[in-house]
Amino acid sequence: MTIVEFFLWSVLKVVAVTVLLLMAVAYTVLLERKLVGRIQNRWGPSRVGPFGLWQPLVDGLKNLLKEDVNPTGVYKPLYLLAPILSFTCAMISIAVVPFGEPNVGPKGLPLFQISNVNIGLLVILGITSIGVYGIALSGWSSNSKYSLLGSLRASAQLISYELALGLSLVGVVIRAGTFNLREIVEQQATKGILTWNFFGGFQFVAFFIYLMAAYAETNRAPFDLPECESELTGGYHTEYSAMKFAMFFMAEYANMITVGCVATLMFLGGWTSPFGDFIPPPENIVAHAVFPILWFALKVFCFLFLYVWVRGTLPRFRYDQLMNFGWRYLMPLAMLNIVATSLWQAFHPVS
Amino acid sequence: MRLAPTASDGTMYLILFIVFAGFCLAGAVNLLLQRHPINSALSLIVVMTSLAVLYLLLGAEFLAAAQVIVYAGAIMVLFTFVVMLLNAGREERTLGSRAAKTLGFPAVVVILALVATVIVKATGLHGAMLSDGITSTVDLSRVLFRELLLPFEVTSVLVLVAILGAVALARSAGGERTAGK
Repeated sequence: MTIVEFFLWSVLKVVAVTVLLLMAVAYTVLLERKLVGRIQNRWGPSRVGPFGLWQPLVDGLKNLLKEDVNPTGVYKPLYLLAPILSFTCAMISIAVVPFGEPNVGPKGLPLFQISNVNIGLLVILGITSIGVYGIALSGWSSNSKYSLLGSLRASAQLISYELALGLSLVGVVIRAGTFNLREIVEQQATKGILTWNFFGGFQFVAFFIYLMAAYAETNRAPFDLPECESELTGGYHTEYSAMKFAMFFMAEYANMITVGCVATLMFLGGWTSPFGDFIPPPENIVAHAVFPILWFALKVFCFLFLYVWVRGTLPRFRYDQLMNFGWRYLMPLAMLNIVATSLWQAFHPVS
Repeated sequence: MRLAPTASDGTMYLILFIVFAGFCLAGAVNLLLQRHPINSALSLIVVMTSLAVLYLLLGAEFLAAAQVIVYAGAIMVLFTFVVMLLNAGREERTLGSRAAKTLGFPAVVVILALVATVIVKATGLHGAMLSDGITSTVDLSRVLFRELLLPFEVTSVLVLVAILGAVALARSAGGERTAGK
């Protein structure tokens, strides 16, 4: 494979993944509105297209056509940089996520992963930690009390829960012995659902820590204090309008999808089927390529569904409760999980 | 996936090095010249992330990730957080003492010239041997947790002492305070 071919395939993969991710973001919004609607005993969007299916497209158009207001008194360079930063960080981390069977592709190039990085997990965590700046800067540069308060809350919350998030994944990394996401998945693949890290590795404690920390990381209910409308009118994006607001909005949902992907890869066996070797892999090359992607999509969808369900069910935390919960319960629990996993690995070495 | 090293590989590395070294230097100069603290903090982030890319070019992938996560992602967030919280305005410009101008700039020139002469004059230097591939996290942790275990643990104690000191200082300011439930 020459460098030109490699380049062309990479561009193709990047374009395809970007388009798909944007579509997924748009339809996650619709999914949320529909589900929350059902939870609250109403229909949700139902007017545009069958079952309201065109609603995301119309919303996107609306945001493009709206007036783009730049309030007076904002610090312009950072005010413009913040949504771009937020959105970019949310979109980039999908680049290391393997979606499907790694051995499918032209000339040994993996088709269903943009880049197979040795430190894939660390890349995702690193990009997530850079994403904080989008929120922090937006609040500060907006020159508004609500924005500043929202972004201060958000920064404090993200810093606090990033620790628990990172620590909860250490157990899985100890078990796998690698940061490479593909290898982590392949180690869970052998016996299907029984060897998933969620069941097989006894990492379900880690999974629930990850789940809660991830909700806080993406500023979702019940941890959506940075943007709680009853206190802060809109939090860090109060002063943003039209497409700049939409970028924050899309970043939030793209982050949700990334978090879902990571949970799927780390705990739920990634693209592998839950039946493992009990059902022999299909002979057909197309089926061989397509089924893993369907499994992956299904798992991520379940995760997103859970996100919306939680949002529709739980009330918001109070700020001191949030901090206490993060530092006093999640962090020590995550550390205990690391110790327990290390002891288990030390005294029961995997043959 | 790593492509087999080709002739174009070397030039690509060189281009990437020049680009990110440029970013790094530009960020560092910008850090000094900016008047607003938050701009300086952001320039520092640029410096740190470009350094991470340089580490990556040298094959130190874990170090690169740690650089981004720890420095750019955690420490600098704290910096910007403090700047935002204090809402620090523009820094006051003094006209600068005359001694700084008359002595400082020549001194910098002399030091740089000295360093440059030493580097140019030095003979018997040859290119340092870098390992071709990537230093994997496994290799790194093997060194860190086997050969350098004692220094590593001692350093962690040092950090712990610093944390305790910070807690003690924060406590003594407000007297005996207990956090809410």
